Amino acid sequence: MEDYHGMWAELGLDLERHDEFLEGLGPAYQEIYLNQEFRPKGMEYFDFTTSEIHGLRIKELLELKKKGHKIVGTFCVYVPEEIVMAARGVWVGVCGGSQFSIPDAERILPSNLCPLIKSAFGFMEAKTSPYYQVPDFFVGEATCDGKKKVWEIFGNYVPFYTMEIPNSKSYMGKRLWLDEVIKFKEKMERESGVSITPEELEEKIQLINRKRRTLARFFDLRKADPPPISGKDALLVSQIAYYDDPERFTTKVNVLCDELEEKVQKGMGVVKKGTPRIMISGCPFALPFWKLHHTVESSKAVVVCEESCVGTRYFTNPVDEGCPTLEDKFKAIADRYLKINCSCFTPNEERIEEIARYVRDFKVDGVILFTLQFCLTYSIECIKVQKALKRFNVPVLEIETDYGEQDVGQLQTRIEAFIEQIS
Amino acid sequence: MFGGIDIGSRTVKIVVMENGEVRDFQVRNSGYDPYAQASELASELIKAYKPKRLVATGYGRHAFEVDFAHSVITEIKAHSLGARYLCPNCRTVIDVGGQDSKGISLNEKGRVINFRMNDRCAAGTGRFLEIMAKTLGFSIEEFGKEALSAEESVKINSMCTVFAESEVISLISRRVPLLSIALGVHKAIADRISSLIGRLNLSPDVVFTGGVANNICVHRLLERKLKQKILVPRHPEIVGAMGAAIEAGTA
Ligand code: SF4
Ligand code: SF4
Repeated sequence: MEDYHGMWAELGLDLERHDEFLEGLGPAYQEIYLNQEFRPKGMEYFDFTTSEIHGLRIKELLELKKKGHKIVGTFCVYVPEEIVMAARGVWVGVCGGSQFSIPDAERILPSNLCPLIKSAFGFMEAKTSPYYQVPDFFVGEATCDGKKKVWEIFGNYVPFYTMEIPNSKSYMGKRLWLDEVIKFKEKMERESGVSITPEELEEKIQLINRKRRTLARFFDLRKADPPPISGKDALLVSQIAYYDDPERFTTKVNVLCDELEEKVQKGMGVVKKGTPRIMISGCPFALPFWKLHHTVESSKAVVVCEESCVGTRYFTNPVDEGCPTLEDKFKAIADRYLKINCSCFTPNEERIEEIARYVRDFKVDGVILFTLQFCLTYSIECIKVQKALKRFNVPVLEIETDYGEQDVGQLQTRIEAFIEQIS
Repeated sequence: MFGGIDIGSRTVKIVVMENGEVRDFQVRNSGYDPYAQASELASELIKAYKPKRLVATGYGRHAFEVDFAHSVITEIKAHSLGARYLCPNCRTVIDVGGQDSKGISLNEKGRVINFRMNDRCAAGTGRFLEIMAKTLGFSIEEFGKEALSAEESVKINSMCTVFAESEVISLISRRVPLLSIALGVHKAIADRISSLIGRLNLSPDVVFTGGVANNICVHRLLERKLKQKILVPRHPEIVGAMGAAIEAGTA
């Protein structure tokens, strides 16, 4: 592997602590990922990308930046990717998924705050990840209370833009959101000095749609019994989607899918046919949060679907293609994004319908409702989801956890007991 | 002959069963090294009874599987099997051990259909009681009986073991009668357990297992709170190990 210390130093990283962070990841990756059996060959690319995520990918981003592309750090799947790209920008998801940076965040932020927010803030503040040094600016969104208030603080450190997301999908909510999409387009144009043309936008809509359809194809393959890929590997693919070049990513996921298709045809899988199938539903899984999947898959079960922003919510519903005018295209984009069923909306009945559909399609034996600690919206919504799933007779386990390791023993017992219950 | 071992955070329990009867059992403090205690107990048992199979449960189960056990089951399944064996109509198990408390719902056939378990902290567990008994100067064996004789109780507000301990100390220094504090402590733990299991269907028979079930005050307070008769088997602390032994006999 190339030595990137020069690049990291130039970015102003705290080299010593950054090394410490990377050194911790290696053994975890070995244990959680590389020790798996029957891994598809197509995962090699994702192993490589993960290992180079602070290296080669950063180098690429810096080169793009030199060529005049704007690097945009984002925290939510509501920030329209195609608009960023149509204005010659690069969209990178930079949510935090590690315990490592949380003590740094807690020096400033309250500790009873969602770990995803704290982790991102900590990496930024202590300069322990290049993803907070490279972007030209960051886009936050007014979704949950934690995020929207932390963005105000974030903005004291780095250039920051906040999109307003409506609280409901009402008529007024839709109008507000379309307005926000247009305002964001203008912001992107100001930043990059280009005006978005209909051709350029259409091209990017189609590009991101291809990525979405490919991920949908990938998830479809997990419906097989036995599934041809572990939940952990599938999770990694969903996580890399936030970092990688969309064109290349799509190609690589398709290559992986070809391989998986063959396996499915031959009835080959990563586990025995009939292994209990788990869906995890709830909060996002920011890289490198693998704890929950790892615990499930070490307990004689397999994860077949994530109803999550790192999962189905990222790719369901393409944007309408071929809309005649620029205005129509923005409308199509706004419409598509507002179909994402995030618990920050009220009401959010569509999410429950979506979950019920996945339970059927993915032949799910049990659902784990996953909440990151202190995430109020998802944790309260568990009550409704649980009630609905009871009607369908689907066993449910609620798990609230954070990025730390201290509850691993407890988690293991609860998850194993859940799997005993449904086997 | 079949054996079950329950490696808990505070104690290690081992049970030997033959033809559906308990032949022998032992309980030992886990001390600093629960695994060493468990290995010693298991070696003695294997020598004495030569069980056909040995199943492990409890939080140390996985470490143990490698060397001794034929298979492992979780405490949830173990307590369900054990409670069901002792009480064939059991539909709800409340298990309160050294560091965990759990509520388990069973269907008519005795299968687990739902369960709740405390999160990472020790509030509402045996450890909480132990620390409070010590702070108040009671022996753990007498703590429940004494508390039950109190005429009044004070409210303990802290859920956290550490904060509750300082709360208790300040009550003592304010000369609140020890018995009232003791009853308050028991009420706090009973509240905690009942809110944990509150979301379950508490169908009868309700069986209370784990070391804390030996505490008559927690037992009575829970009955009052849940408005249900609660059955406590003899030696409730070995029900998990019994369940493991039953699993060993059926697997
Ligand atoms: S969970 Fe909601 S706020 Fe978080 S990334 Fe998804 S849509 Fe955005
Ligand atoms: S997981 Fe919940 S609390 Fe955390 S950022 Fe997302 S919506 Fe907010």
